[in-house]
Amino acid sequence: MGIHLLVDFGSTYTKITAIDLDKECIVGTSKAMTTVKTNVLEGFDLALEKLTVSYPEVSDITGVSACSSAAGGLKMAAIGLVEELTVEAAKRACLGAGALVNLVFSHHLSRKEIKQLKNADIDIILLAGGTDGGNKECILHNAKKLRDANLGVPIIIAGNKDASDEIEEMFEDSDQEYYIVDNVMPKLKKLQVKEAKDVIRQIFITKIIEAKGIKKAEEKTGEIIMPTPEAVLNAAELLAKGYEDEEGFGELMVIDIGGATTDVHTIGEGFPKRSEVILKGLQEPFAKRTVEGDLGMRYSANALLSLVSPYEFKQYYEYDSDIESAANKRHENVDYLPDTDEEVAFDKALARICCDYSMSRHVGHVEVVYTPLGNMYYQTGKDLTDIKYVIGTGGVLINNADAKDILKEVNKKSNKKLELRPTDPTILIDRNYILSAMGLLGQKYPKLALKLMKEHLV
Amino acid sequence: MSTVVIGVIGADVHAVGNKIIEHVLTEHGFNVVNIGVLSSQEDFINAAIETSAGAILVSSLYGHGEIDCKYMRENCQEAGLNNIKLYVGGNIVVGKQAFKEVEQRFKKMGFDRVYPPGTNIEDAVRHLREDLGE
Ligand code: B12
Repeated sequence: MGIHLLVDFGSTYTKITAIDLDKECIVGTSKAMTTVKTNVLEGFDLALEKLTVSYPEVSDITGVSACSSAAGGLKMAAIGLVEELTVEAAKRACLGAGALVNLVFSHHLSRKEIKQLKNADIDIILLAGGTDGGNKECILHNAKKLRDANLGVPIIIAGNKDASDEIEEMFEDSDQEYYIVDNVMPKLKKLQVKEAKDVIRQIFITKIIEAKGIKKAEEKTGEIIMPTPEAVLNAAELLAKGYEDEEGFGELMVIDIGGATTDVHTIGEGFPKRSEVILKGLQEPFAKRTVEGDLGMRYSANALLSLVSPYEFKQYYEYDSDIESAANKRHENVDYLPDTDEEVAFDKALARICCDYSMSRHVGHVEVVYTPLGNMYYQTGKDLTDIKYVIGTGGVLINNADAKDILKEVNKKSNKKLELRPTDPTILIDRNYILSAMGLLGQKYPKLALKLMKEHLV
Repeated sequence: MSTVVIGVIGADVHAVGNKIIEHVLTEHGFNVVNIGVLSSQEDFINAAIETSAGAILVSSLYGHGEIDCKYMRENCQEAGLNNIKLYVGGNIVVGKQAFKEVEQRFKKMGFDRVYPPGTNIEDAVRHLREDLGE
């Protein structure tokens, strides 16, 4: 069996986790700066060297699996017809595949929107619209616009199947790279994202990795099998569900507060807990991921600041220093490490806000509707009030002494009564930063990955 | 095969008639998109857009149909559904009122067909065929 290496080519660090398959334990981890600009293998080699120096037992390497979020991760545009329906379904397919959704469009694409697509640095476009047998006019219009725009970006078509032949004819003779897959919303409010997600992953593995200069790593790591966020989502799902006789944790949530984004993953149905509450909206994926591009500790620090009033910020931060310049410093210097109590407190304030705001956007909401017959309650999104575990991961959180305190922000709040937030879950921290690695390991050795997660999340 | 959206509007939970309508229309070869009870105008309209429906059949049983249906035609137009047929039926107003007047009021609101309590769904089937040109 021997040693299996799990490699994560991150935006800042290339991290390696070494697993001893015989002893069923984590031997050790190491990291080095990611080097996509020169040669991605430099960073990898350095990390591996560090690993073998610290842990000489890492010699008999029998397998390697890798994921990547380097060079900006996987950036996508999601296009559909109605915002609450096929647009939302398209977005969820992208997020579930581990992508960042940078652009979202509904209805007919305009010239202005095509220009935005041209200017944005997008890796893949997902085009939806119409249920099967439903509206085809819009997706045909958008397909034609996209073909004529000649964006040089792969397009996945996941809309009304009745339009697929015409779209195929449209694209056949063009240089456009395209893939026709199952409709992400074949019936009203029914979500069907599996094939779209698989193709996103396939394009990521075969094309995007190469375009971003990470392909070279495959000489040593074998195929890079998925974007890092997808690995985290897979790990979360495995941990929740369990495997064979190794029991899982049940419904849970994972929060990753990063420099640029805050990702929230939940595994659970999230159905209404009270019988008088009526569920509305598109079907929710069992494993759901949301990404907030304006909530982050470094690059997004000033975007975050524009969301909260100075008064609100003061609720999290007691010093009198200039908030704006502290945020700008972080925005401009993404490797910044706090060195004074004041700066540490500022980071903690940022982290708490990331946690609080990302929770507001991730969880379901109850809406009170005043009807002729009195109040009625509608729920959109997931009811996560019964979530048992919340797990914190990501560089900022795992190195923060106050991590558990920060994560308490997920809890129900008296001023946000209509949000279906967790109520006093058990908080665990991914101290050794193993979640993405376990998502990778779980592809081949699910039982071992599960066991290691249960041991190492504290 | 024409697509029709059906559902019960507003805070109305009367579910039995809605299921029967789904059954009868499906038997007659329509592609029925049933959004169920407790549906808002927006739910009907969004469903009609994505499914390219030719008609929306609104049910209202609990007496508040007139409030719930107000501006539905305008909202359809706003959403680009210019040619959609709008039908309404059930017990669309409170108590017993002269149906002719009720019909007039709903037609003025832009509904193409208005049905009194106890309507046979087959009537609506015939009208759908006429109106959708089948
Ligand atoms: C069962 C019932 C209930 C049940 C519903 C259970 C459920 N989830 O379905 C419960 C107990 C919950 C209920 C509650 C109420 N009910 Co009630 N209920 C009835 C009852 C007895 C039967 C309804 C039924 O299922 N009929 C059988 C189905 C097959 O017929 P249908 O619904 O009429 O539908 C057919 C036609 O109308 C037509 N149709 C319907 N829509 C459309 C649309 C188009 C386009 C077309 C062509 C045809 C069409 O086709 C359908 C199929 O054949 C009726 C009285 C009655 N006998 O009709 C009262 C009745 C509908 N209820 C009434 C009232 C007032 C209420 C309440 C407000 C009472 C209260 N104060 O709490 C609440 C409202 C709750 C709410 N939020 O909606 C009144 C409405 C009065 C009015 N419109 O002026 C009725 C008429 C009783 C009465 N005579 O007072 N009710």
